[in-house]
Amino acid sequence: MNGIHDLGGKHGYGPVLPEEAEPVFQEAWEGRAFALFASTFVFAGYTVDEFRHAIEKMPPAHYLDSSYYEHWLVAFEEVLARRGIVSREDLDARVAALQGGGR
Amino acid sequence: MNSAHSAAPESEAALRVRALESLLVDKELIDPKALDALVDTYEHKVGPRNGAKVVARAWVDPAYRQRLLDEATAAIKELGFSGLQGEDMVVLENTPQVHNVVVCTLCSCYPWPTLGLPPVWYKSAPYRSRVVSDPRGVLREFGTELPDMVEVRVWDTTAELRYLVLPERPPGTEAFSEEQLAALVTRDSMIGVTRVLGPESKVAP
Repeated sequence: MNGIHDLGGKHGYGPVLPEEAEPVFQEAWEGRAFALFASTFVFAGYTVDEFRHAIEKMPPAHYLDSSYYEHWLVAFEEVLARRGIVSREDLDARVAALQGGGR
Repeated sequence: MNSAHSAAPESEAALRVRALESLLVDKELIDPKALDALVDTYEHKVGPRNGAKVVARAWVDPAYRQRLLDEATAAIKELGFSGLQGEDMVVLENTPQVHNVVVCTLCSCYPWPTLGLPPVWYKSAPYRSRVVSDPRGVLREFGTELPDMVEVRVWDTTAELRYLVLPERPPGTEAFSEEQLAALVTRDSMIGVTRVLGPESKVAP
């Protein structure tokens, strides 16, 4: 699919900025997101291709504006909702509950 | 960027991932301890020190070097490194005439068993977009100046095939042990954006 993810040869993204002594995960939640991938794809029965496809059809502005593991979050939500494992309504409800100080 | 230890409010993404994890735990589909173990493995056990051992072995053992170039996946497995995102490996040999550099223009494909998880810059739009059209310019940003006579080859990796660059052994290391050599090999040199510097090239900070 020809989309925003196909960045090879495109211009205007500026210099490469390597970070000294970069941690493996920039924030703790990125580690959880990473581990969720390895833990869910077995029982949810999705492939890396389906996961990436969910990322590749992100709206371009959102794709460029969000971090790598935010892309993963988009894909989790889609593949798990598609299978009826975690609906978007259930996820939003849990987010609201956690925001209210619940576990 | 906020550190994991800061008191900054939880981001939307962090909250949603926490919500997702808690729902899956409630459904008994995942075990949080298994997630802890995965995080620990990729934070502490799998990383570029693995790849450095492969490179150092290839520098001291010509027969191993040949196996590595012929059948990379099997040769890397000899040293105990295999598995997820390293199922099909190709090793690219740097020479005085050819310098190899690896990218995943579409996303973030990277050889996990030998290099661990990729750094942020490798997954970033600037690197992915430009290293294929202006590799020498990108290498210069990493402090790597290549003479015009050196051919630069850029390899776009895929989900099915992962590359590891075998850098040139630096001069001045003839008396080095395999362990000493491995200590010189950096992650960036195995992606191909830098070269391995020998003891004589080390500049005092």
